[in-house]
Amino acid sequence: METKRLIIVAVGGQGNLLASKVLGEAALLADIPVRMSEIHGMAQRGGVVESAVVFGDAASTIISDGEADVLLGFEPSETLRALNKCNADTVVITNTAPLPPFTVAIGKGTYPDLKVVQELIRSKTAKLIAFDARALAKQAGNVMSLNMVLLGSLIQTGIMPVSADNVKEAIRTSTKKAFVDINIKAFELGFEAAATAA
Amino acid sequence: MHKLLNENPGQKMLLLGNEAIARGAIEAGVAVASTYPGTPSSEISLQFFQVSQESDLYFEYSTNEKVAMEVAAAAANSGVRSMCVMKHVGVNVAADALMTLAYVGVKGGMIVLTADDPYMFSSQNEQDNRFYAKLSGLPMVEPSSVEEAKEMVAYAFEISEKLQEPVLFRTTTRINHSSAIVTLGKIRTPKTKGDFVKDPFNLVTVPAVSRKLHVKLLENIEKAAELSEASPYNFITGSGKWGIVCNGVSYNYASDAVKELDITDKVRLLRVGYSYPMPEKIIKGFLKACEKVLIIEEGEPYMEEQVKAFAQEEALTLKIRGKTKDLFTRLYEFNPAQVRENIARFFNVPYTPVKTADLSSVPEVPQRPPNLCAGCSHRATYYAVKKAAEGLGTIYPTDIGCYTLGVLPPLSTADFLLCMGSSVGTSCGFSTATDKKVISFIGDSTFFHSGIPGLVNAVFNNHNFTLVILDNSTTAMTGHQPHPGVDMSDFNLTGYGRVSIEKIVRAIGVPHVALIKPYRINKSIETLKEAIDYKGVSVIISQEACTLYAQSLKKARGKPFYINEKCKNHRECVNELACPAFYIEGEKVQINADLCTGCAVCAQICPEKAIVPVRSKEKAKAKTS
Repeated sequence: METKRLIIVAVGGQGNLLASKVLGEAALLADIPVRMSEIHGMAQRGGVVESAVVFGDAASTIISDGEADVLLGFEPSETLRALNKCNADTVVITNTAPLPPFTVAIGKGTYPDLKVVQELIRSKTAKLIAFDARALAKQAGNVMSLNMVLLGSLIQTGIMPVSADNVKEAIRTSTKKAFVDINIKAFELGFEAAATAA
Repeated sequence: MHKLLNENPGQKMLLLGNEAIARGAIEAGVAVASTYPGTPSSEISLQFFQVSQESDLYFEYSTNEKVAMEVAAAAANSGVRSMCVMKHVGVNVAADALMTLAYVGVKGGMIVLTADDPYMFSSQNEQDNRFYAKLSGLPMVEPSSVEEAKEMVAYAFEISEKLQEPVLFRTTTRINHSSAIVTLGKIRTPKTKGDFVKDPFNLVTVPAVSRKLHVKLLENIEKAAELSEASPYNFITGSGKWGIVCNGVSYNYASDAVKELDITDKVRLLRVGYSYPMPEKIIKGFLKACEKVLIIEEGEPYMEEQVKAFAQEEALTLKIRGKTKDLFTRLYEFNPAQVRENIARFFNVPYTPVKTADLSSVPEVPQRPPNLCAGCSHRATYYAVKKAAEGLGTIYPTDIGCYTLGVLPPLSTADFLLCMGSSVGTSCGFSTATDKKVISFIGDSTFFHSGIPGLVNAVFNNHNFTLVILDNSTTAMTGHQPHPGVDMSDFNLTGYGRVSIEKIVRAIGVPHVALIKPYRINKSIETLKEAIDYKGVSVIISQEACTLYAQSLKKARGKPFYINEKCKNHRECVNELACPAFYIEGEKVQINADLCTGCAVCAQICPEKAIVPVRSKEKAKAKTS
């Protein structure tokens, strides 16, 4: 089957790895070949967490520069930082609620203007879906469900070979029981947001 | 039940590489496992630790990799299957045991897992541990995928038992930290107790015995070479004239590239999964069938040198290339596009690389380096040490752990680092060769691992420095594994001893020893000043639990703080502590109550006393909305 390559970037603690795991479990349910890799060095210490999810028959578990079909960014400046993974045909989905890195607080960098970020990404890629996923996560009942909101919008694009039903089933089986309802709601809110934000 | 104890062979499961390796060992009936934690291997041991609480598996976190290897070596010499797990540099620590264990051999199967880290995602070097196989004469296997990693564990145990030698199992980060769908196999019931049969003239390595054992090792290498020729993990695909030899993850990139470049019919690909000894006959036959050969391997030209030597023996003059300026580098990890491009270049295949998005107008994104956590006790200790040592022009040798992040400004409390334990030994050298004050830092787990001999040396040779032991009650960096100083009742486990760092330090005879509670800043500075003034070896033990660990044990009691209207924007809090709970809003410093742990260190250094506890939870929530 055709290979589809997804890069997810986030800040440590945003739940990137759980999001990839849910996608992997969804692929397992749908009997679709999947390989993933993650670099989380010191995730708990506020660094960047990047994961790659490769659906289809490829053997590689990582994605070279310019070769992502979709870039899913949990934080807008991290989405921009990962633009090197994109090409003109890449679809980019990003949360617009910023988490400025600490370097900004101590004056060692300026956080990019959010409008500029979106315009830049839109001009260099096929499509940008940008919305405040943090607000939707809160609406779903827990700010920690931001990862599920973004999974919802990812699945809405239809680029990944797993269905919304597969992913919802994976959410039920592989996220904490107490959060399943919130997570499903978050997924649905993200799904709707992508349909309207595009 | 732990998911890795699942007894349904044939079931498919999404597993991390490290989980797949642990499952492979469980399926193969491993009875004794030992480790010292180190990324990227740590999750293997975590699985063993958890599984050992529900099964007959004996698992231990050993004090260091050498001890871990000795534990596993003795178990295997008693006839049970054993495995020791470590990161690549851990093998350096264990190498003394390993080199002679190769002479002595084993009775039950034994695997030494080395997790190499090309690109140094979380390591101090990217040494290529395939050379340990060559150096020790022990067989080595290397998987290319998560699924293969699981299967290869059982295979490695089998060849270990056939050869009566431990087998080196080499992974790289992209195996350890990749996930894939794995099919479970049957779990073999482990043989948990063996017997040790005395045989001193084969097992006690005095020179006369070792002279005999070295002969046996060389014979074993011959036998291992035969197994390598017959190994299902050394295989050839395709029948073209263009040869590719690859191993590990490079095989994935190469096989994807061959398909993408549409040259499957032209290529003959040799995947080497049993990489020491290299399969001589297979390689020689392969070379004879090829017009030119490209070697694709991360790290050193390990296979390349051997393949070229085989070509020379057969008087073959075909072009064999790998690590050259215009092809592959010895640096870092490879990626699919790099491999695709080099294959195209070497075999003259037309190739247009994917055009990456134009990044020319993208503004610089502020860096997001890892940082000591909000409320981290190391930050408090570093602040106190810097205040106590103000104006001394101090050299700060450091060690390996979260606290190495002290290297970043504004703390800047790390000047020199080699390896685990090096803070203490290098302090001896710096204090001898310079007239500067030397203050070094070592974590609790690292102190047990390899800090103690350096401290004994310092006392015996009467060196002059201050060692600060950062005791946060856990091995924090690799994911809160226990160490000998930890109270195992925190894990609801009984039957463990507990070793006091203070008692060790005093027993070594360190003449000046003091304890600090780093959150009490002024008292800590005072105590540190006394230690720094002392001529000779002084040790400060800074005791405060890792804040993440305390949170996970529900022992964290701090309440968040906020900055009130007294703030005059001196910003000493941000500029000197750089706690990630601070942020700037409207030119004023604020505290993110979701991150603040209430360590109160900033409150103690604020010149206006403007940082005060949030009175109620509601207020804290209001502050962060």
